Amino acid sequence: MGKFWGVLFLTVPVLGVGLFAWAPFANHWLPEDVSSHGHEIDHLFYFILGLTGVVFVIPEMALFWFIWRYDGATNTSPVKFTHGSHNLEIVWTILPAATLLFIAIYQMNAWTDIKMNKPDMAYTVEVTARQFEWRLRYPGPDGALGTQDDLYHVNELHVPVDEMVLVKLDSADVLHDFFLPHMRIKQDAVPGTSIPVWFKPKKIGEHDLVCAELCGWGHYKMKGRIIIESREDYDKWLAGLQQRQNTTSDAPAADETAGNE
Amino acid sequence: MSTLVAGSHAHDDAHPGGHAQPGFFGTYVFSLDHKVIGIQFLFSTLLWLVVGGLLALGVRWQLAWPWTEMPIIGKMLFAGEGGQISPEFYTMLVTCTPSVMIFFVIIPILAGAFGNFLIPLMVGADDMAFPTLNMLSYWFMWPAFILMICSFFVEGGAAAAGWTGYPTLTAVKTASPGSMNGQTLWLFALIFVGISSMMGSVNYMTTIIQMRAPGMTMFRLPMTIWAMFITAVLQAFALPVLTAALFMQVLDRLIGTSFFVPEGLIVNGVSAGAGGGQPLLWQHLFWFYSHPAVYIMILPAMGMVSDILTTFARKPLFGYKPMVYSISGIAGLGFIVWGHHMFMSGMNPALGTTFMVSTMMIALPSAIKVFNWLGTLWGGKLQFTTPMLFAMSFVSMFIIGGLSGIFMAATPVDIFIHDTYFIVAHFHYVLFAGTAMGVFGGIYYWFPKMFGRMMNDSVGKVHFFLTFIFLNGTFYPMHILGVGGFPRRYADPYHWETFTHLQPMNQFMTICAISMGLSQILLFANMGYSLFFGPLAGRNPWNANSLEWMAPSPPGHGNFDAQPIVYRGPYEYNTPGRDTDFYPQWEPPKPGEQPPPDHH
Repeated sequence: MGKFWGVLFLTVPVLGVGLFAWAPFANHWLPEDVSSHGHEIDHLFYFILGLTGVVFVIPEMALFWFIWRYDGATNTSPVKFTHGSHNLEIVWTILPAATLLFIAIYQMNAWTDIKMNKPDMAYTVEVTARQFEWRLRYPGPDGALGTQDDLYHVNELHVPVDEMVLVKLDSADVLHDFFLPHMRIKQDAVPGTSIPVWFKPKKIGEHDLVCAELCGWGHYKMKGRIIIESREDYDKWLAGLQQRQNTTSDAPAADETAGNE
Repeated sequence: MSTLVAGSHAHDDAHPGGHAQPGFFGTYVFSLDHKVIGIQFLFSTLLWLVVGGLLALGVRWQLAWPWTEMPIIGKMLFAGEGGQISPEFYTMLVTCTPSVMIFFVIIPILAGAFGNFLIPLMVGADDMAFPTLNMLSYWFMWPAFILMICSFFVEGGAAAAGWTGYPTLTAVKTASPGSMNGQTLWLFALIFVGISSMMGSVNYMTTIIQMRAPGMTMFRLPMTIWAMFITAVLQAFALPVLTAALFMQVLDRLIGTSFFVPEGLIVNGVSAGAGGGQPLLWQHLFWFYSHPAVYIMILPAMGMVSDILTTFARKPLFGYKPMVYSISGIAGLGFIVWGHHMFMSGMNPALGTTFMVSTMMIALPSAIKVFNWLGTLWGGKLQFTTPMLFAMSFVSMFIIGGLSGIFMAATPVDIFIHDTYFIVAHFHYVLFAGTAMGVFGGIYYWFPKMFGRMMNDSVGKVHFFLTFIFLNGTFYPMHILGVGGFPRRYADPYHWETFTHLQPMNQFMTICAISMGLSQILLFANMGYSLFFGPLAGRNPWNANSLEWMAPSPPGHGNFDAQPIVYRGPYEYNTPGRDTDFYPQWEPPKPGEQPPPDHH
């Protein structure tokens, strides 16, 4: 039976690698990257995938071979009586340690770029998550948030292409998560804390804005869209928004006008 | 140290008939005997495994065919919604499945069932250091069991904010139906589980330190006992923090404190109270316990697997001391990596870098363990018994679970895969494909000692084969879903443009999950049948070395019929110059034989 069990354990690396090889061609893979920083994340992902792939296959193949070769029913050579090897322990401590340390250092810059080097600019938009929608607040003509001429919108996050976007992320009630899969952006929205999020879209298009932190029974339908458009279309849309809101009410209260189109 | 054993209990010269007969209740219900308590834990946790498994299948059903009627049981469970799972109920499922599996199955089956049964037997003691405390640790689970069941029937239903219980969804009663009352019952259930674990861990530490048989030095302990010891230490240090956090959330909910609720919050039109708190505080406290708890959920299985592998490889454990040091290393590092659950939480990103480095480093002791397990198999004479197959699959699956962790540890990659199915794949490979397979192996391995009868090996192998195939069919594609960004805890992901094409893969996984659930019938049938009709096991059916195999099967009250004296480590298989391929710890050396050198 040793050969049978060996083959069973061999299916783990074979199918394991096979599924990862098949998935990109079947479109079960990373969504298209439309951000300026996403390639850093994707590169790290592929780098770690390759590295762990090798480190996955080698011990799994060893396991297969030991099961195949050292079946007690057929193995006639004497047992290799040993309590271990000091030298081997040192080798397989230092090699993984060095590799892990290398991965740790290798990725630090990407993290710093994406999460720590906040651009020095005014907020593009304030996003306030609440059960179960995304409230958006754009600065009006004065360019500042929190003033009388602010513009309100819900669930449709319009941003200009090829420009840095700085989002002020808030939550009105519980934890949410501002997840833009195509933009490689994820950040929890925490009630009581404003968190800056920035990204630079590089391609015009429309994508999902996903809530990725359990926020109640309606979590699965907290659906937004990000609409990346040219500067002209964006300005046109902002102007249209301003025109609509200034004709509906003199002093719009956020909670009442937000949902109106 | 070992001389303390003799004085600590009056009934050392073990005469099973010599104790006062405690009657039916004293023997089987409120028993002080560690073996009975262990078996009580085993049966209770297996029962909850079934409950948790059914809850999990509810989740899988919804992910495969959302908003459709479940066959057969749909009408019974959800008559009000036309046999469908409602979104409210789905969030209860994704909360109660892990809560049950973690707090009612994995932790108590490892520490409560195997820890209780094995520690005194494997260290050569007649019972635990504190038998009454031990009994209480089992009975304190029952309030938790009852609270969890009741929570499904209170107004609003069971807790529905995830097993992590993040405020403010949990702290504010208007935030979700499950936060009305269910969350309070959930909190108290966890508090009781914590008290139970704490009583157990004090007992295990004391027993392992104080009650080892003469000659049983720390470095002659089997890996199972080392793992149980380190696990008990982890519990003792981490649990107080969780208990404090749970009480803080209880206070937030019941008397209006605001540890976790910021100022001016209005949830569903109702003010959430005074405020001034911080939701992230809960996450720090929770993960300060729950990350070490990840190791509480895997280390004992690693120990059991080490013992099973050596027994059936007929070879000494490769690198005993490195194995001990890596368990200790995992435990130590385990306390400084909790922040990796919070990379996206809004915690200062600079702190993320610190936790990333410590998290990378904790992969090292795990790697060392895998290499040593492989070294143990190398050049042996493997016996493919059912427990051996489960133990080898633990190694194979743990490699996957370990490596997928590196993706999440890499902070930039975590930006994309955090809270997707990639993490779901990762922890199921560690906790189901790892721990649960180790536990199944442990059941097949120690069942003869627990009940005196063998389980059927052929049925066991079929059970292994099916479980192995279907678990990979269920959990491996989760990696691919995660790479696609598929989010966790979604009742219906398919109305999103980004995820709609992933439904067929989910249907495949659900079919595998249902088949895996059905395969477990073989385990329970095998256990039930063997309990009464299995062939008698004898004392040492596997020709193993550690002390539990010296005692009768099942061991009587007081465990051993003679004081065990330990002469060597537990892994002396195929020692040159012997006519048998094993050399039990209790067998005196032949006159003139050199004691084995101290190995590294």
